[in-house]
Amino acid sequence: MKLDVIFRVAAKIFIPFMLVFALYVQFHGDFGPGGGFQAGVVAAAMVIFYAIIFGLDAAQRIFPQRLVELMVPAGVAIFAGVGVVSLFLGSEYLDYSRLLHDPVHGQHIGILLVEIGVLVTVAGTMVAIFYSFIGRGR
Amino acid sequence: MIAANLPALQVVLPLFGAVLCAFLQRGILAWGVALIVSLAMPFIAAGLLIQVLDSGTISYALGGWKPPIGIEYRVDVVNAFILLLVSLIGAIIMPYAKASVEKEIPADRQAWFYAIYLLCLCGLLGMAITGDAFNIFVFMEVSSLAAYALIAMGRDRRALLAAYQYLIMGTIGATFYVIGVGLLYSMTGTLNLADMASRLGGIENSRAVLAAMAFLTVGISLKLALFPLHVWLPNAYAYAPSVATVFLAATATKVAVYLLLRYFFTVLGTVFAHKSLPIAEIVLILSLAAMFGASIVAIFQDDVKRMLAYSSVGQIGYITLGIAITNLAGLTGGIVHLFNHALIKGSLFMAIGAVFYQIGSVKLDDVAGLGKRMPITMGAFAIAGLSIIGAPGTVGFISKWYLVLGAFEKGWWWLAFLIVASSLISVVYIGRIIEVVWFRPVSAAAKRAKEPPLSMLVPTLLLVAATIYFGFDTTATAGIAGLAAELLLAGIR
Repeated sequence: MKLDVIFRVAAKIFIPFMLVFALYVQFHGDFGPGGGFQAGVVAAAMVIFYAIIFGLDAAQRIFPQRLVELMVPAGVAIFAGVGVVSLFLGSEYLDYSRLLHDPVHGQHIGILLVEIGVLVTVAGTMVAIFYSFIGRGR
Repeated sequence: MIAANLPALQVVLPLFGAVLCAFLQRGILAWGVALIVSLAMPFIAAGLLIQVLDSGTISYALGGWKPPIGIEYRVDVVNAFILLLVSLIGAIIMPYAKASVEKEIPADRQAWFYAIYLLCLCGLLGMAITGDAFNIFVFMEVSSLAAYALIAMGRDRRALLAAYQYLIMGTIGATFYVIGVGLLYSMTGTLNLADMASRLGGIENSRAVLAAMAFLTVGISLKLALFPLHVWLPNAYAYAPSVATVFLAATATKVAVYLLLRYFFTVLGTVFAHKSLPIAEIVLILSLAAMFGASIVAIFQDDVKRMLAYSSVGQIGYITLGIAITNLAGLTGGIVHLFNHALIKGSLFMAIGAVFYQIGSVKLDDVAGLGKRMPITMGAFAIAGLSIIGAPGTVGFISKWYLVLGAFEKGWWWLAFLIVASSLISVVYIGRIIEVVWFRPVSAAAKRAKEPPLSMLVPTLLLVAATIYFGFDTTATAGIAGLAAELLLAGIR
């Protein structure tokens, strides 16, 4: 799509805002609608958008297949890992109260970490599905 | 710390193992992780069972949120038994898996195979351990999605279609399950199973609760492949990789049966006892249809794996028959058959997996004469076959003994007769395989076959030995099954 200047310029303007919006949805998840899943989808949409405009090869240069395949388990590892940390701190699995000095802050940071795990896995999975569809027959 | 957190570890360890397998990306390393995790599982399950037998029901508040608000992991004799069964089977399969997976799964997918396998294990254990209706659904999806992927990894192209068929049927089952849970939630305002049971008193005859009972029964029956809802099962078992077949046949349907027990007796015990819906009668008829129908279909299969798959549908009939009889001996028979059938089908599919490993086919024509080439494997197959028929001295006899006992206690002598009669059908299909394997000339495919590597042979023999051992010493199996049946029956009194 080398000739579609409008698309390419528009994409370059849009993509940073998509990432910012993804992060907004992610970190605003505690106070309003949003959270890791939605943020992950928006972040993945950014990569997919980039791949549609600039081609799969360009997308895989900045977002390689191997990275995507690592992101899928990495998010689960973050999620489950937070739970295990709370086990080691002497509370029940996924009880975040003892993560910080104060239970309220502990719960806050705990759910934030878990949601980051969700973001990583969801974004990775969406992109992995897209790559495997688009890569068929290549 | 460890003892108090065993319920969480039972589910978290396989999850972590799956993540590690996906990170490692190398088949052999992933196998190592899966082996360590699978071998640790029975110890955790045994620890839980001992705790339960010593000091009663364990309640574990996940995330520190106390039940009934938070998700509760609740272990009593019934699910401790199921947990032990699933983890034991998982542990026995893993050493076996290495050679079989190397042969059947492309090298770049082996690590993913182990990751998905561990996810499936995690889902099944989670379904068994949790005391929260919606959490059950989540784990049901974890295990089912993993199972679809496991089946789709089969080398045969038909595996993909079989997995798709299972996906559609399984999703319908899960949807029905959620509809049932939703109705119960709307009536009771809780998702905690124990809390739900206590709040159903007085409204057990309302339309919504009866509809919930119907939806739950159909949804779970799809998962456990009760007779007319079994159509996904034969193809799924026949075309899945051998290891996946062994694992799913021995565990997946059993955990679904556990859910049925849990809902019929613990949660909806009052509805079940009230007989406003003829659930027991329906289950009785469908069980009988499975015992005869599926077993007769099994006779006419020319693919050994498909034959055993149909036999599984028939055997599930015996397990649900225990539910239909609804007395102590009958229910004990059903629960003990859950355990025994897992041992038997596990060893049968393991032996057949070894055959597939050696000759690349399990068509009846190709396995002809294999008894002369693989005498140990086929000997093991024959013993496990006798067990499924219910020969005395094997576990199959124990289950049928209790079922017949239960039928007599109820005064249903005709049922006792039918149980024995249906065993005769299994003589025919098992006999057909044994005749082909031992008394026919060696087929072209079987010419160069020899015994499988020890890593496959030893687990198979161990499992077959267990089918004999638990046929004599029933204190552990029938004893605990009896305790579980007592506990369940208390729910409908």
